Amino acid sequence: MIRIDVDMNKCQHYGQCVFEAPEVFQLNADDKLEYVAEAPDEMLADLEAAADVCPMQAILITRA
Amino acid sequence: MAGLRTAEGARRAGYTGPIEFLGAEAHAPYNRPPLSKELLQTEGQGHADVAFPIRSALEEGVSWVLGRAAVSLDAERRVVVDDAGDEHPYSALVIATGLRPKPLPIDDHGLGGIHVLRTLDDAVALRSVLRPGANVVILGSGFVGCEIAATAAKNGATVSVVTQSRVPLQRALGSLLGAEMRRRHENHGVRFFTGESLFGLVGDPSVERVILTSGVMLECDVLVVAVGSDPNTEWLASSGLDVSDGVLVDAGLRAIGSDGAVRPDIFAVGDVARYANPLFDDVARRVEHWNLPTETGKRAGQLIAAHLAGDDCEPLAAEGFAPLPSFWSDQYDAHVLAFGMTYLADRSELVAGRVDDECVVEFFRGDDLVGVCGIGMRSAVQAYRTRFAPPAPPSSG
Repeated sequence: MIRIDVDMNKCQHYGQCVFEAPEVFQLNADDKLEYVAEAPDEMLADLEAAADVCPMQAILITRA
Repeated sequence: MAGLRTAEGARRAGYTGPIEFLGAEAHAPYNRPPLSKELLQTEGQGHADVAFPIRSALEEGVSWVLGRAAVSLDAERRVVVDDAGDEHPYSALVIATGLRPKPLPIDDHGLGGIHVLRTLDDAVALRSVLRPGANVVILGSGFVGCEIAATAAKNGATVSVVTQSRVPLQRALGSLLGAEMRRRHENHGVRFFTGESLFGLVGDPSVERVILTSGVMLECDVLVVAVGSDPNTEWLASSGLDVSDGVLVDAGLRAIGSDGAVRPDIFAVGDVARYANPLFDDVARRVEHWNLPTETGKRAGQLIAAHLAGDDCEPLAAEGFAPLPSFWSDQYDAHVLAFGMTYLADRSELVAGRVDDECVVEFFRGDDLVGVCGIGMRSAVQAYRTRFAPPAPPSSG
Protein backbone atom coordinates (compact mmCIF):
# COMPACT_ATOMS: atom_id res chain seq x y z
CA MET A 1 0.00 0.00 0.00
CA ILE A 2 0.94 3.62 -0.44
CA ARG A 3 0.40 6.11 2.34
CA ILE A 4 -0.68 9.65 1.46
CA ASP A 5 -0.07 12.53 3.85
CA VAL A 6 -1.08 16.11 3.09
CA ASP A 7 0.28 18.86 5.32
CA MET A 8 -2.96 20.80 5.78
CA ASN A 9 -1.02 23.74 7.23
CA LYS A 10 0.69 24.11 3.86
CA CYS A 11 -2.21 23.11 1.59
CA GLN A 12 -3.94 26.08 -0.06
CA HIS A 13 -6.53 23.94 -1.84
CA TYR A 14 -5.31 24.76 -5.34
CA GLY A 15 -6.50 21.32 -6.44
CA GLN A 16 -3.71 20.59 -8.94
CA CYS A 17 -3.38 17.10 -7.43
CA VAL A 18 -7.02 16.37 -8.27
CA PHE A 19 -6.17 16.36 -11.95
CA GLU A 20 -3.35 13.81 -11.55
CA ALA A 21 -5.03 11.38 -9.14
CA PRO A 22 -8.80 12.02 -8.93
CA GLU A 23 -9.32 8.65 -7.24
CA VAL A 24 -7.47 9.99 -4.19
CA PHE A 25 -7.82 13.79 -4.23
CA GLN A 26 -10.99 15.85 -4.59
CA LEU A 27 -12.13 19.40 -4.00
CA ASN A 28 -15.38 19.41 -2.03
CA ALA A 29 -18.32 21.76 -2.53
CA ASP A 30 -16.48 24.46 -0.53
CA ASP A 31 -13.38 24.11 -2.76
CA LYS A 32 -11.47 22.48 0.10
CA LEU A 33 -9.20 19.48 -0.48
CA GLU A 34 -10.32 16.05 0.62
CA TYR A 35 -8.26 12.89 0.15
CA VAL A 36 -7.99 9.26 1.13
CA ALA A 37 -4.93 8.27 3.13
CA GLU A 38 -4.13 4.93 1.46
CA ALA A 39 -3.99 3.70 -2.10
CA PRO A 40 -2.82 0.56 -3.91
CA ASP A 41 0.78 0.30 -5.20
CA GLU A 42 -0.35 0.52 -8.84
CA MET A 43 -1.15 4.19 -8.25
CA LEU A 44 2.43 5.15 -7.38
CA ALA A 45 3.13 7.01 -10.64
CA ASP A 46 -0.12 8.99 -10.45
CA LEU A 47 0.44 9.84 -6.80
CA GLU A 48 4.02 10.96 -7.39
CA ALA A 49 2.73 13.10 -10.25
CA ALA A 50 0.16 14.62 -7.88
CA ALA A 51 2.89 15.37 -5.33
CA ASP A 52 5.04 16.89 -8.09
CA VAL A 53 2.38 19.37 -9.22
CA CYS A 54 1.40 20.56 -5.74
CA PRO A 55 2.30 24.28 -5.67
CA MET A 56 2.78 24.16 -1.91
CA GLN A 57 4.67 20.83 -2.00
CA ALA A 58 2.34 19.66 0.77
CA ILE A 59 1.87 16.05 -0.37
CA LEU A 60 4.06 13.27 1.00
CA ILE A 61 3.89 9.83 -0.64
CA THR A 62 5.39 6.85 1.21
CA ARG A 63 5.27 3.14 0.49
CA ALA A 64 3.85 1.45 3.56
CA MET B 1 13.97 21.21 -10.02
CA ALA B 2 13.77 20.60 -13.77
CA GLY B 3 16.96 18.56 -13.62
CA LEU B 4 15.56 16.46 -10.78
CA ARG B 5 12.31 15.83 -12.66
CA THR B 6 14.28 14.88 -15.77
CA ALA B 7 16.30 12.32 -13.83
CA GLU B 8 13.14 10.88 -12.28
CA GLY B 9 11.53 10.76 -15.70
CA ALA B 10 14.49 8.93 -17.21
CA ARG B 11 14.42 6.38 -14.39
CA ARG B 12 10.67 5.93 -14.80
CA ALA B 13 11.23 5.33 -18.52
CA GLY B 14 13.70 2.55 -17.76
CA TYR B 15 17.13 4.20 -17.62
CA THR B 16 19.21 2.48 -14.90
CA GLY B 17 22.67 3.92 -15.60
CA PRO B 18 24.61 6.59 -13.71
CA ILE B 19 23.34 10.16 -13.29
CA GLU B 20 25.45 13.13 -12.22
CA PHE B 21 24.00 16.43 -11.00
CA LEU B 22 26.32 19.40 -11.45
CA GLY B 23 24.94 22.49 -9.69
CA ALA B 24 26.22 26.00 -9.05
CA GLU B 25 24.26 26.27 -5.81
CA ALA B 26 25.51 24.46 -2.72
CA HIS B 27 22.02 23.10 -2.02
CA ALA B 28 20.27 20.01 -3.37
CA PRO B 29 17.15 20.85 -5.45
CA TYR B 30 14.50 22.86 -3.63
CA ASN B 31 11.19 24.56 -4.28
CA ARG B 32 11.52 28.28 -5.00
CA PRO B 33 7.99 29.72 -4.55
CA PRO B 34 8.13 29.70 -0.71
CA LEU B 35 11.27 31.88 -0.90
CA SER B 36 9.10 34.97 -1.40
CA LYS B 37 6.43 33.85 1.08
CA GLU B 38 6.67 31.40 4.02
CA LEU B 39 10.45 31.14 4.14
CA LEU B 40 10.82 34.91 3.82
CA GLN B 41 8.63 35.56 6.86
CA THR B 42 9.54 32.60 9.08
CA GLU B 43 12.75 32.95 11.05
CA GLY B 44 14.64 29.67 11.21
CA GLN B 45 13.28 28.13 8.01
CA GLY B 46 15.94 26.81 5.69
CA HIS B 47 16.74 24.21 3.07
CA ALA B 48 14.97 21.39 4.91
CA ASP B 49 11.69 23.30 4.69
CA VAL B 50 11.81 23.64 0.91
CA ALA B 51 13.93 20.68 -0.28
CA PHE B 52 12.36 18.28 -2.74
CA PRO B 53 12.28 14.72 -1.40
CA ILE B 54 14.71 12.47 -3.24
CA ARG B 55 12.69 9.52 -4.49
CA SER B 56 13.91 5.95 -4.11
CA ALA B 57 14.62 5.72 -7.86
CA LEU B 58 17.41 8.28 -7.37
CA GLU B 59 18.95 6.79 -4.26
CA GLU B 60 21.40 4.68 -6.25
CA GLY B 61 23.64 5.44 -9.19
CA VAL B 62 23.42 9.20 -8.60
CA SER B 63 26.28 11.57 -7.77
CA TRP B 64 25.88 15.18 -6.65
CA VAL B 65 28.53 17.76 -7.50
CA LEU B 66 27.17 20.90 -5.83
CA GLY B 67 28.69 24.35 -5.49
CA ARG B 68 30.33 24.00 -8.91
CA ALA B 69 29.11 26.00 -11.89
CA ALA B 70 29.44 24.79 -15.47
CA VAL B 71 31.65 27.17 -17.43
CA SER B 72 31.79 25.58 -20.88
CA LEU B 73 30.41 22.82 -23.06
CA ASP B 74 32.35 20.94 -25.72
CA ALA B 75 29.54 19.25 -27.63
CA GLU B 76 31.93 17.41 -29.97
CA ARG B 77 33.91 15.77 -27.15
CA ARG B 78 30.77 15.53 -24.97
CA VAL B 79 32.36 17.19 -21.98
CA VAL B 80 31.19 19.90 -19.56
CA VAL B 81 33.91 21.85 -17.76
CA ASP B 82 33.17 23.29 -14.31
CA ASP B 83 34.58 26.35 -12.55
CA ALA B 84 37.25 24.27 -10.81
CA GLY B 85 38.51 23.10 -14.20
CA ASP B 86 37.19 19.56 -13.80
CA GLU B 87 35.75 17.81 -16.84
CA HIS B 88 32.41 16.00 -16.72
CA PRO B 89 31.95 13.62 -19.66
CA TYR B 90 28.41 12.59 -20.63
CA SER B 91 26.40 10.34 -22.93
CA ALA B 92 23.38 12.64 -22.64
CA LEU B 93 23.42 16.20 -21.28
CA VAL B 94 20.50 18.01 -19.66
CA ILE B 95 20.78 21.79 -19.51
CA ALA B 96 18.76 23.02 -16.54
CA THR B 97 20.77 26.08 -15.55
CA GLY B 98 17.69 28.25 -15.11
CA LEU B 99 17.65 32.00 -14.69
CA ARG B 100 19.23 34.71 -12.61
CA PRO B 101 17.70 38.04 -11.63
CA LYS B 102 18.39 41.00 -13.86
CA PRO B 103 20.66 43.44 -12.02
CA LEU B 104 19.82 46.96 -10.86
CA PRO B 105 19.38 49.00 -14.05
CA ILE B 106 21.54 51.85 -12.69
CA ASP B 107 25.01 51.95 -11.14
CA ASP B 108 24.83 50.61 -7.56
CA HIS B 109 28.14 52.35 -6.58
CA GLY B 110 28.91 49.25 -4.48
CA LEU B 111 26.29 50.23 -1.89
CA GLY B 112 24.97 47.72 0.61
CA GLY B 113 21.28 47.07 1.26
CA ILE B 114 20.53 46.02 -2.33
CA HIS B 115 18.91 42.61 -2.73
CA VAL B 116 17.55 40.23 -5.35
CA LEU B 117 15.51 37.08 -4.76
CA ARG B 118 16.17 33.90 -6.68
CA THR B 119 18.04 31.50 -4.44
CA LEU B 120 17.63 30.21 -0.91
CA ASP B 121 20.69 32.20 0.14
CA ASP B 122 19.10 35.36 -1.34
CA ALA B 123 15.93 34.72 0.69
CA VAL B 124 17.77 34.18 3.97
CA ALA B 125 19.77 37.39 3.41
CA LEU B 126 16.63 39.37 2.58
CA ARG B 127 14.71 37.95 5.56
CA SER B 128 17.34 39.22 7.96
CA VAL B 129 16.70 42.85 6.90
CA LEU B 130 12.88 42.85 6.49
CA ARG B 131 12.39 44.06 10.03
CA PRO B 132 9.24 45.78 11.27
CA GLY B 133 9.58 49.47 10.52
CA ALA B 134 12.22 48.98 7.81
CA ASN B 135 11.78 51.14 4.72
CA VAL B 136 11.61 48.63 1.88
CA VAL B 137 11.60 49.77 -1.75
CA ILE B 138 10.84 47.12 -4.35
CA LEU B 139 11.78 47.80 -7.94
CA GLY B 140 9.45 45.83 -10.21
CA SER B 141 5.83 44.70 -9.84
CA GLY B 142 5.80 41.19 -11.25
CA PHE B 143 4.99 38.17 -9.11
CA VAL B 144 8.32 38.19 -7.25
CA GLY B 145 8.11 41.90 -6.46
CA CYS B 146 4.44 41.74 -5.40
CA GLU B 147 4.89 38.65 -3.24
CA ILE B 148 7.87 40.22 -1.46
CA ALA B 149 5.78 43.38 -0.99
CA ALA B 150 2.97 41.36 0.62
CA THR B 151 5.36 39.47 2.89
CA ALA B 152 7.25 42.60 3.92
CA ALA B 153 4.00 44.50 4.60
CA LYS B 154 2.72 41.62 6.74
CA ASN B 155 6.02 41.77 8.67
CA GLY B 156 5.40 45.42 9.49
CA ALA B 157 7.81 47.00 7.02
CA THR B 158 7.01 50.25 5.22
CA VAL B 159 6.78 49.10 1.60
CA SER B 160 6.99 51.07 -1.64
CA VAL B 161 6.78 49.44 -5.08
CA VAL B 162 8.37 51.29 -7.99
CA THR B 163 7.31 50.07 -11.42
CA GLN B 164 7.34 51.19 -15.02
CA SER B 165 3.93 49.53 -15.50
CA ARG B 166 0.59 51.26 -15.03
CA VAL B 167 -0.62 48.58 -12.61
CA PRO B 168 1.22 45.76 -10.84
CA LEU B 169 1.22 42.32 -12.48
CA GLN B 170 0.07 43.99 -15.68
CA ARG B 171 1.85 41.67 -18.07
CA ALA B 172 0.59 38.45 -16.46
CA LEU B 173 -2.85 39.50 -15.19
CA GLY B 174 -3.86 42.48 -17.33
CA SER B 175 -5.24 45.84 -16.23
CA LEU B 176 -8.43 44.66 -14.50
CA LEU B 177 -6.86 42.15 -12.10
CA GLY B 178 -3.67 44.20 -11.82
CA ALA B 179 -5.65 47.20 -10.56
CA GLU B 180 -7.47 44.95 -8.10
CA MET B 181 -4.20 43.53 -6.77
CA ARG B 182 -2.93 47.07 -6.34
CA ARG B 183 -6.04 47.90 -4.28
CA ARG B 184 -5.44 44.87 -2.06
CA HIS B 185 -1.79 45.81 -1.55
CA GLU B 186 -2.77 49.41 -0.72
CA ASN B 187 -5.22 48.11 1.89
CA HIS B 188 -2.16 46.70 3.62
CA GLY B 189 -0.27 49.96 3.41
CA VAL B 190 1.88 49.30 0.33
CA ARG B 191 2.48 52.41 -1.77
CA PHE B 192 2.84 52.25 -5.56
CA PHE B 193 4.87 54.54 -7.79
CA THR B 194 3.76 53.59 -11.30
CA GLY B 195 5.25 54.73 -14.59
CA GLU B 196 8.44 55.26 -12.62
CA SER B 197 11.98 54.02 -12.52
CA LEU B 198 15.06 54.63 -10.44
CA PHE B 199 17.15 57.72 -11.14
CA GLY B 200 19.72 57.46 -8.34
CA LEU B 201 20.71 56.13 -4.94
CA VAL B 202 21.84 58.05 -1.88
CA GLY B 203 23.78 56.59 1.05
CA ASP B 204 27.14 55.34 2.27
CA PRO B 205 28.05 52.55 2.82
CA SER B 206 24.45 51.33 2.45
CA VAL B 207 21.55 52.76 0.51
CA GLU B 208 19.53 55.26 2.58
CA ARG B 209 17.29 56.89 -0.03
CA VAL B 210 16.32 56.30 -3.63
CA ILE B 211 15.46 59.01 -6.14
CA LEU B 212 12.82 58.21 -8.76
CA THR B 213 12.83 59.54 -12.32
CA SER B 214 9.99 61.94 -11.40
CA GLY B 215 12.19 63.41 -8.66
CA VAL B 216 10.32 61.74 -5.78
CA MET B 217 12.70 60.69 -3.01
CA LEU B 218 11.96 57.66 -0.83
CA GLU B 219 13.57 56.57 2.43
CA CYS B 220 15.13 53.19 1.77
CA ASP B 221 16.88 50.74 4.09
CA VAL B 222 16.33 47.78 1.79
CA LEU B 223 16.17 47.96 -2.01
CA VAL B 224 14.88 44.82 -3.72
CA VAL B 225 15.53 44.51 -7.45
CA ALA B 226 12.76 42.37 -9.02
CA VAL B 227 12.77 43.41 -12.65
CA GLY B 228 12.80 39.99 -14.30
CA SER B 229 15.39 37.36 -15.12
CA ASP B 230 17.95 36.38 -17.72
CA PRO B 231 18.74 32.79 -18.77
CA ASN B 232 22.03 31.32 -17.58
CA THR B 233 23.49 30.44 -20.97
CA GLU B 234 26.82 32.30 -21.09
CA TRP B 235 28.60 29.00 -20.47
CA LEU B 236 27.14 27.74 -23.76
CA ALA B 237 28.53 30.60 -25.84
CA SER B 238 30.95 28.39 -27.78
CA SER B 239 28.80 25.24 -27.70
CA GLY B 240 27.32 25.68 -31.17
CA LEU B 241 23.78 25.70 -29.71
CA ASP B 242 21.16 28.35 -30.45
CA VAL B 243 21.15 30.32 -27.18
CA SER B 244 19.81 33.61 -28.52
CA ASP B 245 17.20 33.68 -25.68
CA GLY B 246 17.57 30.56 -23.58
CA VAL B 247 18.29 27.22 -25.24
CA LEU B 248 16.16 26.59 -28.33
CA VAL B 249 14.75 23.03 -28.29
CA ASP B 250 12.42 20.92 -30.41
CA ALA B 251 9.24 19.13 -29.32
CA GLY B 252 11.44 16.47 -27.71
CA LEU B 253 13.28 19.09 -25.64
CA ARG B 254 16.39 18.36 -27.75
CA ALA B 255 18.71 21.30 -28.26
CA ILE B 256 18.91 22.88 -31.68
CA GLY B 257 22.26 24.12 -32.96
CA SER B 258 22.82 27.54 -34.44
CA ASP B 259 23.04 25.58 -37.71
CA GLY B 260 19.42 24.49 -37.19
CA ALA B 261 20.31 20.82 -36.60
CA VAL B 262 18.87 18.86 -33.68
CA ARG B 263 21.47 17.56 -31.17
CA PRO B 264 20.04 14.20 -30.13
CA ASP B 265 22.18 13.95 -26.98
CA ILE B 266 21.63 17.46 -25.54
CA PHE B 267 18.38 18.46 -23.84
CA ALA B 268 17.20 21.64 -22.16
CA VAL B 269 14.44 21.82 -19.54
CA GLY B 270 12.80 24.30 -17.20
CA ASP B 271 13.10 28.07 -17.32
CA VAL B 272 16.14 28.05 -19.60
CA ALA B 273 14.44 26.13 -22.43
CA ARG B 274 12.75 27.91 -25.34
CA TYR B 275 10.18 25.97 -27.32
CA ALA B 276 6.97 26.33 -29.28
CA ASN B 277 3.73 25.26 -27.59
CA PRO B 278 1.10 24.10 -30.13
CA LEU B 279 -1.67 24.93 -27.64
CA PHE B 280 -1.04 28.55 -28.58
CA ASP B 281 1.06 28.98 -31.74
CA ASP B 282 4.39 28.05 -33.33
CA VAL B 283 6.51 30.76 -31.69
CA ALA B 284 9.33 29.41 -29.51
CA ARG B 285 9.27 31.09 -26.09
CA ARG B 286 10.79 30.77 -22.67
CA VAL B 287 7.95 30.43 -20.16
CA GLU B 288 8.71 30.95 -16.48
CA HIS B 289 5.75 29.20 -14.87
CA TRP B 290 6.23 26.83 -12.00
CA ASN B 291 4.69 23.70 -13.49
CA LEU B 292 6.87 23.71 -16.60
CA PRO B 293 10.13 22.46 -15.06
CA THR B 294 8.15 19.36 -14.10
CA GLU B 295 6.44 19.05 -17.48
CA THR B 296 9.62 19.58 -19.49
CA GLY B 297 11.61 17.31 -17.17
CA LYS B 298 9.20 14.40 -17.47
CA ARG B 299 9.13 14.75 -21.22
CA ALA B 300 12.92 15.02 -21.60
CA GLY B 301 13.37 12.04 -19.27
CA GLN B 302 11.40 9.84 -21.67
CA LEU B 303 13.47 10.93 -24.65
CA ILE B 304 16.75 10.50 -22.80
CA ALA B 305 15.89 6.97 -21.73
CA ALA B 306 14.99 6.08 -25.31
CA HIS B 307 18.11 7.74 -26.72
CA LEU B 308 20.44 6.01 -24.29
CA ALA B 309 18.73 2.67 -24.94
CA GLY B 310 19.56 3.12 -28.61
CA ASP B 311 15.90 3.41 -29.60
CA ASP B 312 14.61 5.60 -32.39
CA CYS B 313 13.52 8.82 -30.69
CA GLU B 314 11.77 10.32 -33.70
CA PRO B 315 8.31 8.76 -33.13
CA LEU B 316 8.38 9.97 -29.52
CA ALA B 317 9.49 13.46 -30.50
CA ALA B 318 6.85 13.56 -33.24
CA GLU B 319 4.08 13.15 -30.65
CA GLY B 320 4.56 16.83 -29.93
CA PHE B 321 4.75 18.70 -26.65
CA ALA B 322 1.87 20.90 -25.52
CA PRO B 323 2.03 21.47 -21.75
CA LEU B 324 -0.62 23.72 -20.23
CA PRO B 325 1.21 26.41 -18.26
CA SER B 326 -0.19 27.04 -14.80
CA PHE B 327 0.77 29.50 -12.13
CA TRP B 328 -0.49 30.68 -8.81
CA SER B 329 0.30 33.39 -6.33
CA ASP B 330 -0.64 34.01 -2.70
CA GLN B 331 -0.78 37.66 -1.69
CA TYR B 332 -2.58 38.39 1.59
CA ASP B 333 -5.83 36.42 1.40
CA ALA B 334 -5.93 36.42 -2.41
CA HIS B 335 -5.23 33.01 -3.90
CA VAL B 336 -4.57 33.61 -7.58
CA LEU B 337 -4.63 30.58 -9.89
CA ALA B 338 -4.19 30.75 -13.65
CA PHE B 339 -3.87 28.47 -16.66
CA GLY B 340 -2.57 29.22 -20.11
CA MET B 341 -0.52 32.14 -21.41
CA THR B 342 -2.46 35.12 -20.14
CA TYR B 343 0.17 37.58 -21.30
CA LEU B 344 -0.48 36.70 -24.95
CA ALA B 345 -3.96 38.20 -24.55
CA ASP B 346 -5.11 41.46 -26.08
CA ARG B 347 -8.23 41.60 -23.88
CA SER B 348 -9.66 40.06 -20.73
CA GLU B 349 -13.22 39.58 -19.57
CA LEU B 350 -14.74 39.05 -16.13
CA VAL B 351 -16.99 35.98 -16.45
CA ALA B 352 -17.84 35.08 -12.84
CA GLY B 353 -17.81 36.67 -9.40
CA ARG B 354 -16.50 40.11 -8.46
CA VAL B 355 -12.88 41.24 -8.68
CA ASP B 356 -12.99 42.72 -5.18
CA ASP B 357 -14.05 39.33 -3.79
CA GLU B 358 -13.61 36.10 -5.76
CA CYS B 359 -13.74 35.97 -9.55
CA VAL B 360 -12.83 34.28 -12.83
CA VAL B 361 -11.36 36.27 -15.72
CA GLU B 362 -10.89 34.91 -19.25
CA PHE B 363 -8.05 36.12 -21.50
CA PHE B 364 -8.37 36.26 -25.28
CA ARG B 365 -6.06 36.84 -28.23
CA GLY B 366 -8.47 37.77 -30.97
CA ASP B 367 -11.26 35.20 -30.57
CA ASP B 368 -9.01 32.53 -29.06
CA LEU B 369 -9.02 31.76 -25.35
CA VAL B 370 -5.33 31.89 -24.31
CA GLY B 371 -5.67 32.00 -20.54
CA VAL B 372 -7.89 32.02 -17.48
CA CYS B 373 -7.21 33.43 -14.05
CA GLY B 374 -9.17 33.26 -10.83
CA ILE B 375 -9.00 34.84 -7.44
CA GLY B 376 -10.37 32.00 -5.34
CA MET B 377 -13.07 29.99 -7.22
CA ARG B 378 -10.60 27.17 -7.75
CA SER B 379 -13.06 24.59 -9.07
CA ALA B 380 -14.31 26.99 -11.69
CA VAL B 381 -10.74 27.76 -12.80
CA GLN B 382 -9.75 24.07 -12.80
CA ALA B 383 -12.65 23.34 -15.14
CA TYR B 384 -10.88 25.34 -17.85
CA ARG B 385 -8.03 22.85 -18.13
CA THR B 386 -9.71 20.97 -20.94
CA ARG B 387 -10.63 24.16 -22.83
CA PHE B 388 -7.13 24.62 -24.20
CA ALA B 389 -6.48 22.38 -27.18
CA PRO B 390 -4.10 22.57 -30.11
CA PRO B 391 -5.70 23.52 -33.40
CA ALA B 392 -6.83 20.51 -35.43
CA PRO B 393 -4.23 19.54 -38.04
CA PRO B 394 -5.22 20.78 -41.47
CA SER B 395 -7.08 18.04 -43.32
CA SER B 396 -5.48 16.84 -46.49
CA GLY B 397 -8.87 16.70 -48.28
